[in-house]
Amino acid sequence: MDLFEYQARDLFAKHGVPVLAGEVIDTPEAAREVTERLGGRAVVKAQVKTGGRGKAGGVKLAADPADAVEKAGQILGMDIKGHTVHKVMLAQTADIAAEYYVSFLLDRTNRTFLAMASVEGGMEIEEIAVSKPEALAKIPVDAIEGVTDAKAREIVAAAKFPAEIAGEVAEVLKSLWKVFIEEDALLVEVNPLIKSGEGKIIALDGKVSLDENAAFRQPEHEALEDKAAANPLEAAAKAKGLNYVKLDGEVGIIGNGAGLVMSTLDVVAYAGERHGNVKPANFLDIGGGASAEVMANGLEIILGDPDVKSVFVNVFGGITACDAVANGIVQALELLKSRGEDVTKPLVVRLDGNNAELGRKILTDADHPLVERVDTMDGAAERAAELAAK
Amino acid sequence: MAIFLTKDSKVIVQGMTGSTGMKHTKLMLGDGTNVVGGVNPRKAGQKVDFDGTEVPVFGSVNEAMEATGADVTVIFVPEKFTKDAVVEAIDAEIPLAVVITEGIAVHDSAAFWAHAGAKGNKTRIIGPNCPGLITPGQSNVGIIPGDITKAGRIGLVSKSGTLTYQMMYELRDIGFSSAVGIGGDPIIGTTHIDALKAFQDDPDTDLIVMIGEIGGDAEERAAAFIKENVTKPVVGYVAGFTAPEGKTMGHAGAIVSGSSGTAQAKKEALEAAGVKVGKTPSETARLARAALGA
Repeated sequence: MDLFEYQARDLFAKHGVPVLAGEVIDTPEAAREVTERLGGRAVVKAQVKTGGRGKAGGVKLAADPADAVEKAGQILGMDIKGHTVHKVMLAQTADIAAEYYVSFLLDRTNRTFLAMASVEGGMEIEEIAVSKPEALAKIPVDAIEGVTDAKAREIVAAAKFPAEIAGEVAEVLKSLWKVFIEEDALLVEVNPLIKSGEGKIIALDGKVSLDENAAFRQPEHEALEDKAAANPLEAAAKAKGLNYVKLDGEVGIIGNGAGLVMSTLDVVAYAGERHGNVKPANFLDIGGGASAEVMANGLEIILGDPDVKSVFVNVFGGITACDAVANGIVQALELLKSRGEDVTKPLVVRLDGNNAELGRKILTDADHPLVERVDTMDGAAERAAELAAK
Repeated sequence: MAIFLTKDSKVIVQGMTGSTGMKHTKLMLGDGTNVVGGVNPRKAGQKVDFDGTEVPVFGSVNEAMEATGADVTVIFVPEKFTKDAVVEAIDAEIPLAVVITEGIAVHDSAAFWAHAGAKGNKTRIIGPNCPGLITPGQSNVGIIPGDITKAGRIGLVSKSGTLTYQMMYELRDIGFSSAVGIGGDPIIGTTHIDALKAFQDDPDTDLIVMIGEIGGDAEERAAAFIKENVTKPVVGYVAGFTAPEGKTMGHAGAIVSGSSGTAQAKKEALEAAGVKVGKTPSETARLARAALGA
């Protein structure tokens, strides 16, 4: 889960990373009072989960409270790379003597954590990595040892921070590591980390991404979710414990197992090339078990998507054999009917694996007018795409 | 032969007395797996009956190994306790630990991986968030259905559980030496490369099928390894060509970040290493048949 800048800033402050005072607002008028509290001047910053907001005009300096109201009014509602600005953060102004970059992140390749640091801050890190790779220090951090005094000094030395601020940057790194560990983050990034005119080290802007698998020990993280921005179907699926991602096509997809569902999306997209370029409408993994209730919940979400023209149910029967899955589908259709949500879109069902013959017979015998059985994944994808293109 | 698991493997189950552990211990025993014990400190000394097979419960992995000579552990404990369970297995120096549990915090996986390294990597870890591994006709450790394929000469390594089953089923007439589900988490123990190396060295494997998916660069690194080290034919499949950028697709590690981790890049890397890559699972199965002349 990626956080907004203001949320990242709050977590930085909580763990002792130095930040400037700031407040988040969602109406222009609120900017007046906040700017007065901040000392009469403020930087108005769009809160969007994408880079390049400065270039897009999403960061403006306000000279006084009235100006802050005007600038906030300009930025709120702005579209930045497809993200609408619903909130702005007003932050204290700072004069910047130098800009740096520091981050901690998961290093998948080496199965450990990585510190990155550069005295060439202010650019996007991807830019630094390309234009000045020698200026970006990358230091592995052992997951058990963490950032000790020695490790912090090693990072500072590798990135060639000036001697007069080395000690202070090392302290910031140790605090930032606390954010990374104690919040179960996948990424904590400060860009820029600045030296102010008075020589203070401050985190001016930051990015944090949290591990949703750590929710069991991070109960406070749920409140950081941007529920307003979530797609309503994704939110409904999440409430039912379903693994669902909304996509922009017309063929609804249900399958068991993440890999099989990803594969199903691909096969449907290939079939769509022959049928009016229809595409998958979603990713939905109902898991290995594929019980009737979960199947019904899944179908309910998919059929509630107005973009869906046909549905492809792709199940491989493993430990839950196909007869159980077929019964699940039949019961799911009945369950939906009893909930007053009769199925009106065609369903193409492919069952393969354990007890496939038995499962197919159950579907044939049920003889639901909108359910079609196709016994191969490629053939079923073809048929689902054809039905969606009609 | 086979890789990592044979009929001689003695298996213990951490979390055997939980509902998932009970269900799958019963299935594993049914597939002929030599399950010699369970681990649960609160139920140590008890015996659990699985259709007439009595399996003793031990207080720790160490105790279970001493009493039974176990050399494989399979872990079904809930995600909150998984890190401690894996660390216990590593400290007991059991040769193979198979971590089935899904939804593990990545800081926990990083911690047990670092711990394994600090202890000299005496324990091979498979998973987490994986279906386990099967050597058909000999032993089955984890949750792979045991009856969808037979023993044969294809080696399979896959990030995805159901695609593993799909491929085992499509090629069930030829059969498999071993099939290993390595899991789709950002940090996993055994990688594609580890399994490729083992299959290359396994005299009973003639062809390797490798299944990957979006996210990370494991497939690209596997491609480089194949180019240098693998002389047996390799057929590949990659899932997630149509996955949008920045969205996690079911598996915690299955995410395209910016331009990295795409299925297209993985396919190209594998093809450049001489691997034939199928566009769909069924085409992949056809390529495997063709490569075997079957």
